[in-house]
Amino acid sequence: MSLRDGPFQDLKVPLTWAAAMAVIVAGVAALGLLLSDRRETYKDEAYGAGRVVVDRVVAPAADVLSTPADWARSLGNGIGDYFFAVSENRRLKLENARLRQWRDAAIALEDINSRYRALLGVKIDPPIPMVTARVVLDARGPFANTRLANAGEEKGVRVGQPVMSDAGLVGRVVGTGQGISRILLLTDVASHMPVLVDRTNARAILSGDGGPNPTLDYLRGIDPVRNGDRILSSGDGGVLPRGLPVGTAVKGLDGHWRVRLSSDSVPIDLVRILLFKDFTDLAAQKALQASKMPPLTDVPPPVASSSILPPTLTSKPAAAPVVAPVAPKPVISKPVVAKPAPSKPIAPTPAPTKPVAKPSAAAAEPVR
Amino acid sequence: MTFQTSRQTAARSMDAWNWLAVPTLTCLMLTLLLALPIRVFGLAPPEPIFLMVPAFVWAVIRPSILPPIILMVSGLLLDMLWGAPLGLWGFSLLFGYAGVLASRSFASGQGQSMNWVWYAITCLIVELTAYLVTLIDVQAAPSMVGAFWQWAVTAALYPFAHQLIERFEDADVRFK
Repeated sequence: MSLRDGPFQDLKVPLTWAAAMAVIVAGVAALGLLLSDRRETYKDEAYGAGRVVVDRVVAPAADVLSTPADWARSLGNGIGDYFFAVSENRRLKLENARLRQWRDAAIALEDINSRYRALLGVKIDPPIPMVTARVVLDARGPFANTRLANAGEEKGVRVGQPVMSDAGLVGRVVGTGQGISRILLLTDVASHMPVLVDRTNARAILSGDGGPNPTLDYLRGIDPVRNGDRILSSGDGGVLPRGLPVGTAVKGLDGHWRVRLSSDSVPIDLVRILLFKDFTDLAAQKALQASKMPPLTDVPPPVASSSILPPTLTSKPAAAPVVAPVAPKPVISKPVVAKPAPSKPIAPTPAPTKPVAKPSAAAAEPVR
Repeated sequence: MTFQTSRQTAARSMDAWNWLAVPTLTCLMLTLLLALPIRVFGLAPPEPIFLMVPAFVWAVIRPSILPPIILMVSGLLLDMLWGAPLGLWGFSLLFGYAGVLASRSFASGQGQSMNWVWYAITCLIVELTAYLVTLIDVQAAPSMVGAFWQWAVTAALYPFAHQLIERFEDADVRFK
């Protein structure tokens, strides 16, 4: 039924003005939504229920629609494997020989590392569990680079967790729901990730711009990066674990240092979501926040200035009670310098009644 | 009597389902299809703004109250589908729609090539709006190259817009 049918068919409306008003109202509503949206934050609620609902509707449909493409890709891979089996075999043998050398080196390093850890008593990060998910939707425009994966809250995925492909870091989770999670790629214009240059340990922020190679911002130091330097996640701020491979540094045509992402070298159809928790999540917050300081009333009275201690020892009078608040003791519990009185008191020498020509033996004996 | 009959026929061909709902749903379906993680010879397919076609066509054919609202809602769906900031595409498409609506008295009635230029300029306005909004929103400049490619692919969709214009242009003679 047309909108012109019915009782309103003879209603005269200045259509151009009405359309203009509709544009203004809709534009203001869109602007309001735009100003209130913060999709890149680490807060769960920032993603919004509307997005979760749409993702949950779209994800199964996209999963079904991409199935023929998956079949076609599998078929293509199968044909390629068949025809290139010999050359692939040669390549893999060479790679295997190289990897054996790396394995031996890794075993030796692991041994040295474990000894150092034991000697130094270093506490290392706990192992990070991970979840494998399939990418069902892929937005790759200049204003949004995100992916939708088919694993969500039910598998422990939370906002902020890092996502990796086989080759390296892909991005981080910005929204989750039942069975879905939205991944903000490193290339998205809203993505900022703390990274380090492996060779120099120089820190930088990896900022996406919608292109394939994000930029290295806030680089410091003299010659902090060179072409081909390996870029890793720095772990600064606790949002990511340290040492995840990100890519290699390249000088862009615009003169900025950029990163050729490792994850670009392979198709990102399957991803691993690291169920990483910030150290502040792992620590017992209540225990950390519980005050160990004694109440002010337990502070012992200050030591009198007429102490018998020398000035060097009386300069830190409050140290002992703070360290051991349970049984506060005065600093001068036991005199250090002054010796106690002799165990044998000195007998008062009686006043001589008459001049003694020769001192007595008792008086001549030194006090012990 | 004759006038009334012809008016009713025209109105019937311009019912909301045909000229509003079908193009919108088609564009959203095409957007979803191109958002699938498919690679052809290792290359990802382009990501045009399909909704630009109805946004242009609706404004060219005649002014109406419903198209801005539909553009706003479908722009929101596009944002959710692509993971863009909410309101980005709704606002940008409305900006382009308003531009076409304001200039339709000057540009309507031109040939196909001039209409294509008009459409390409509208696409550029929409792309620039999205670029500036993103620049202000996240305080970082998106890639100009990426924006250019998206504009070029979207501008190449004009033949679909032309088909829609041909189909609905004579439906409402008051705005011809």
